[in-house]
Amino acid sequence: MKNETLSTTTLFRSDAMQRIMAFSALIVLVIGFSIASPYFRTFDNFVGILLATSVNGVLALGATFVIITAGIDLSVGTVMTFAAVMTGVFITNLGLPIPVGVVGGVLAGSFAGFSNGVMISRMKIPPFIATLGMLYITKGLSLIISGLKPIYFNDTPLFREMAMGSLLGNIFPGFDVPNAVLILFGAALLAHIILSRTILGRYTFALGSNEEATRLSGVNVIAWKTAVYTLAGFFSGVGGVLIAARLNSAQPALGAGYELDAIAAVVIGGTSLSGGEGSISGTIIGAFIISTLTNGLRILSVPQEWQIVITGGIVIAAVFLDILRRRR
Amino acid sequence: MSEVLIQMEGIEKRFPGVLALDECHFELRTGEVHALVGENGAGKSTLMKIIGGIYSKDAGHLYIEGQDVEVENPRMAQELGVSIVHQELNLMPHLTVAQNIFIGREPREKIPFMMDDKTANKEATRLFEKLNLELAPETKIANLTIAKQQMVEIAKALSFNAKILIMDEPTAALTDAEIEDLFTIIRQLRENGVGIIHISHRLEELKLIADRVSVMRDGRMIDTLLTEEASIDKIISLMVGRTIYESEPEIPENPSEEIVLEVRNLNRGKVLRNVSFDLKKGEIVGFAGLMGAGRTEVARAIFGADSFTSGEIHIKGKKVQIKTPKDAVAHGIGYLSEDRKRYGLTLGMDIVENTAMASMKKFLNKYIWVDFKKTTVKTKQIVESLKIKTPKITQKVKFLSGGNQQKVVIGKWLTADTDILIFDEPTRGIDVGAKSEIYKLLNDLVERGKSIIMISSELPEILRMSHRVVVMCEGRVTGVLSAKEMTQEKIMKFATMRNDVKH
Repeated sequence: MKNETLSTTTLFRSDAMQRIMAFSALIVLVIGFSIASPYFRTFDNFVGILLATSVNGVLALGATFVIITAGIDLSVGTVMTFAAVMTGVFITNLGLPIPVGVVGGVLAGSFAGFSNGVMISRMKIPPFIATLGMLYITKGLSLIISGLKPIYFNDTPLFREMAMGSLLGNIFPGFDVPNAVLILFGAALLAHIILSRTILGRYTFALGSNEEATRLSGVNVIAWKTAVYTLAGFFSGVGGVLIAARLNSAQPALGAGYELDAIAAVVIGGTSLSGGEGSISGTIIGAFIISTLTNGLRILSVPQEWQIVITGGIVIAAVFLDILRRRR
Repeated sequence: MSEVLIQMEGIEKRFPGVLALDECHFELRTGEVHALVGENGAGKSTLMKIIGGIYSKDAGHLYIEGQDVEVENPRMAQELGVSIVHQELNLMPHLTVAQNIFIGREPREKIPFMMDDKTANKEATRLFEKLNLELAPETKIANLTIAKQQMVEIAKALSFNAKILIMDEPTAALTDAEIEDLFTIIRQLRENGVGIIHISHRLEELKLIADRVSVMRDGRMIDTLLTEEASIDKIISLMVGRTIYESEPEIPENPSEEIVLEVRNLNRGKVLRNVSFDLKKGEIVGFAGLMGAGRTEVARAIFGADSFTSGEIHIKGKKVQIKTPKDAVAHGIGYLSEDRKRYGLTLGMDIVENTAMASMKKFLNKYIWVDFKKTTVKTKQIVESLKIKTPKITQKVKFLSGGNQQKVVIGKWLTADTDILIFDEPTRGIDVGAKSEIYKLLNDLVERGKSIIMISSELPEILRMSHRVVVMCEGRVTGVLSAKEMTQEKIMKFATMRNDVKH
């Protein structure tokens, strides 16, 4: 009996609990909106939600790693823009093949992440400051490189197809889920495997749990921390390519604010800002909660300003629940 | 024959403004337990951190198995066969036991970067069997007691099959039984030819385990002695550089019969079970027990830091409601936490600010303005009367030694003018010289009519200081002894008086 009471409290306090609560909240939202509006519960609308989640979801994947190390990355949004613009430069301006452009865009994002990592781990600049600097740098560079104008992909329709075409629709007619959604889930699976099964994932948790102890255990803390920020840059790069393909253009002025949506998704998903805890599944649920909420409220004709207010309330409520859970 | 494992010659280490190590020599041989003792700040940990690759030396030579080496980082130390159990627990609380043990050298799958946690768990289990430890490899560190965490730390160090094992105060948090287990392991390792450096503040341990003992003071290596030939008094005098008179317990008779604090049937789950005791004016009541016996929990409940489900607290005959520390302070109770750095002080602030912290109201003009003249005058008084060693009263507390920090905490509660003071491990991490000063201070306080609850895990301290001792085990008070009745044996008997049938 002693063990039973112990295990229920352990479950309540476990970090899985936060995910269970977040997932239940998502289900409640979906059911609630479905009852409230017939327009919400259409296939096309669900596809719309999935599509709307794709970019934020991918960005949030990288942010999850960073936040588990007890760090923060404010530059994921503008690094995404930077990657999008670089993709545009490679494909449209330089006329390089699409795959080269895609890889180039992702590498551009990874490089920005790598620079964050070097500043934070080697130069010991606090993550908040280093990535704030990177936010400005990539924002400025995107404007400079693009000449303040969007770069369109009108000559390369296949590029847009990559995100907006539907591989699934071709296989199962009528099931027209855009590839962007597949890319999101593919990226999430990759992130999940990295986080839970690889050395990089283990050290991500170890760094957030007790960095000094990790260092004293003979782990090359500088290299692995750099790797974590590089990975965040990599996912921002993927996000950049994705958003460019979705919009069929690289919009240099876009991107600010995306980092906050990503952080919100991570936090709602139960990743602790104090480090050491978190999961990819939680982050994905968090990202879906935000986009479902936005979508549902829009369908119910709630003004956009109020949608933003409500999102803020959700973030605070999620963290407060987390605090209650930890309280003895 | 035993061979030389470590040879250190003329080691020097400078920190900004301090010569932390000055011309240090040290030797460790195979199959030897070499104890390293010295007051806090003597340089023991610094010397060890040079072997461990955490600090680099500024001068001198370090030979490991005859080779002149520069240990550049912890990993290189591991490769040279050096393993360290650090003083502060160095574990990742969010990871499991096995993940902690194998951090940095996780068993891998064939696919690059992929870990093999199954193998790690299996190997950890095998390791625990070998060391006779009861630990589950998949438990999260955060869910273990401090003592168990310490065992994980030791198991981790041993898992390297190190030739040289350095243990920086491994027994500080362990019970006698656990220490005995540890010593069994140490003896086993010694027979296998491992060289062990054992840093400890518990001098009585040395006779049990060490072959040689080296004494450090002020960054210098004072002497190395064979343990057989060294008396504890001799070691202490080398440590402090002067002979200190270890006085017999001199407990002044407590003339007062006035009860200031009465605790009746305090309960909270399994942590507190019908805890009752009372405290008289001008009395020191010692609280003895093993780790986890519930002593700190009693203190925190009385102080309003934690809640309790049932029970009563009477102060000077009147029943009081204490729900928060603020209530406790209002009723004249002060609590000096065992972890003063975390709960007792704001390290980044100065002595003045820390002493005024618990009694700000007294120093306010027109409700909101702090009267700095008043705080300065009061702090000067405190610094003088408690003999706090500091260049200036605006010194940041983090730059003071452990003993002086403790005095600042005491000063804080004196300023708040509380009649009942709860000291939780008042001399933890404080060196021998400063300890006797703290003892003297406690005696002064009770002479002035204060009443003290002193929680301590050091029995000599309990015996020396207390008018009465309350012994706890598993959340219950198992015995109350007067000064005349108390002996180490009796206290230990009560402290291990377990109720639950163990499986």
